[in-house]
Amino acid sequence: MNLAARDIRHHLGRFLLTAVGLGLLLGVVLSMIGIYRGLVADALGLVRSPGADLWVVETGTRGPFAEGSRIPGDTRESIARLAGVTEAGSMSFQAFEATHGERKLRLQVVGYEPGRLGGPPEIASGRGVSRERFEIVADEKTGLRLGERLPMGTDVFTVVGTTRGAVSSGGDPVVWMSLKDSQTLQFRLAPAPARREAERGAAATATPDTINAVVARVSPNVSAESVAEAAERWKHLSAMTQEQQETILTRSVVEKARQQIGLFTTVLLTVSTVIIALIIYTMTMDKVREIATLKLIGAPDGRIVGLIVQQALALGLIGFSVGASLIVSVKDHFPRRVVMLPEDAAGLALVVIVVCLVASGLGVRLALRVDPATALGG
Amino acid sequence: MTETSPAALVECRGLAKHYGEGDTRVDALKAVDLDLRPGEVVGLVGPSGSGKTTLLNLVGCIVEPSAGVLRLDGETVWDGRWLRPDLRSLRLEKIGFIFQFHNLLPFLDVTENVALVLDMAGASKEDAAARAQELLDYLEVGHRRKAKPSSLSGGEAQRVAIARALANRPRIILADEPTAALDGERAGIVMDLLRKVAVEQSATVVVVTHDEKIWDRFDRIFTLRDGRLVGSDGARR
Repeated sequence: MNLAARDIRHHLGRFLLTAVGLGLLLGVVLSMIGIYRGLVADALGLVRSPGADLWVVETGTRGPFAEGSRIPGDTRESIARLAGVTEAGSMSFQAFEATHGERKLRLQVVGYEPGRLGGPPEIASGRGVSRERFEIVADEKTGLRLGERLPMGTDVFTVVGTTRGAVSSGGDPVVWMSLKDSQTLQFRLAPAPARREAERGAAATATPDTINAVVARVSPNVSAESVAEAAERWKHLSAMTQEQQETILTRSVVEKARQQIGLFTTVLLTVSTVIIALIIYTMTMDKVREIATLKLIGAPDGRIVGLIVQQALALGLIGFSVGASLIVSVKDHFPRRVVMLPEDAAGLALVVIVVCLVASGLGVRLALRVDPATALGG
Repeated sequence: MTETSPAALVECRGLAKHYGEGDTRVDALKAVDLDLRPGEVVGLVGPSGSGKTTLLNLVGCIVEPSAGVLRLDGETVWDGRWLRPDLRSLRLEKIGFIFQFHNLLPFLDVTENVALVLDMAGASKEDAAARAQELLDYLEVGHRRKAKPSSLSGGEAQRVAIARALANRPRIILADEPTAALDGERAGIVMDLLRKVAVEQSATVVVVTHDEKIWDRFDRIFTLRDGRLVGSDGARR
């Protein structure tokens, strides 16, 4: 006869309400983990989108995602000629705020050479950029539809394709355009300052052929490290493998966010432990007379400990299920991506079990100290 | 004169209990000699603080005696120390308890309250349920077998508590004010039941009570005063 189940059923409403409350707390813990995973996925999504093996950037910098990197536009041709390189493409990256109708759109603009490495990884609808000018491929998160026109800088661009789930590490949706357009967007001055600059000399108004990085694929028979070494013989360039680039992002760019979220998650788990311990202690306090009666009629300690520990576990696991279901059902409505991995959920479930066992310690201690004589008398 | 019997179910020899030491020492029970035979229903009476509940706790192996010898059903359980390491299994095996406020577990229904004792003793689910039903029918509360304790009347709850006390067929039944919460008629019914059990199961029933209405139902009445057994009267016979 399972006493814990019977007691839960007896106080079902109160128990479920408590479990739901705990579930909300555990849901926040789970969402924190999911937000961090989303942060990493977003950050890595953009760096993985070109499908490159090698990133060539300005010497002394760690690439366009960590800091500013400016290299000459003809670098791509030099890199493409290195032994082992099968493909190369020039890329530019910039944050941009556009106005679409009534609303402001924060965008991550990626410039690439159509037909070369660096374009959108997968087109959800429409097509890729095929002309040199005034076409963009926008992520669905921008809210832009095929054929829509978006003014950016001094030009107006037409949406010819869309992608799904492509955002920067800051969560801004990505827009791809030709390298030429992105350079114009980045460097061409508005008419008034352009006129002023023109008076100072015509050269100042020309759009410089500057890019942020060159991405390259290397032959499967050649190591990316050896190509990086070769690229670094040019003193004005630094080169890093895809793996190094990803490490920079996860260890440097999102590291503080990871620590922040990790600390917050720890605090929440500690709060959960205290709450579970208090709930279980209170539930045990309410049952002191029943526990004394059980001891008096001969129930062994194992049975009484089982009653408390099983209730603590039930509380934790029901709470976890409520929290997990809640987060799974609302995660797509979060402004930033929330990635729920089965191993994270399983890990948290395990932590919840441990937390419940630890938290039930107070209740168990109280129960074991109950004097059976308490059952006698009024 | 101390009565002795080789067949006594409860034997106390010089059984004593004190709390504290030196100036703070309180003698709750002083060297009690007692023999209770099978089939007897005995009353423990006396003013509050006289040691009735202490004696019940000692016989029920709930509280450790300070001195003396205690034998239950022929087995010496205390002789300066507990001779059984697991007192709860001893209680489960030999003793049934009936409480003033019945102490039924509120989260179990009537049948489960009775079957729990058998479940703890290792009986199968079916056997436990069958025995519980048999006892509930015997005590005329079988029709309430699925009810929760909160929906029972005082008399019904006390009969269920008696069924639980009898479930494992103990030969010693200790009752603490079992009729205190009942009116005269229901108190009489409960005492009749306890007598029936004592006779049919050859058990000893010890009842701690202040309720003078039921004194004529006892075979013997033991009076305690200031921790001493000051009298033993044959009430019924």
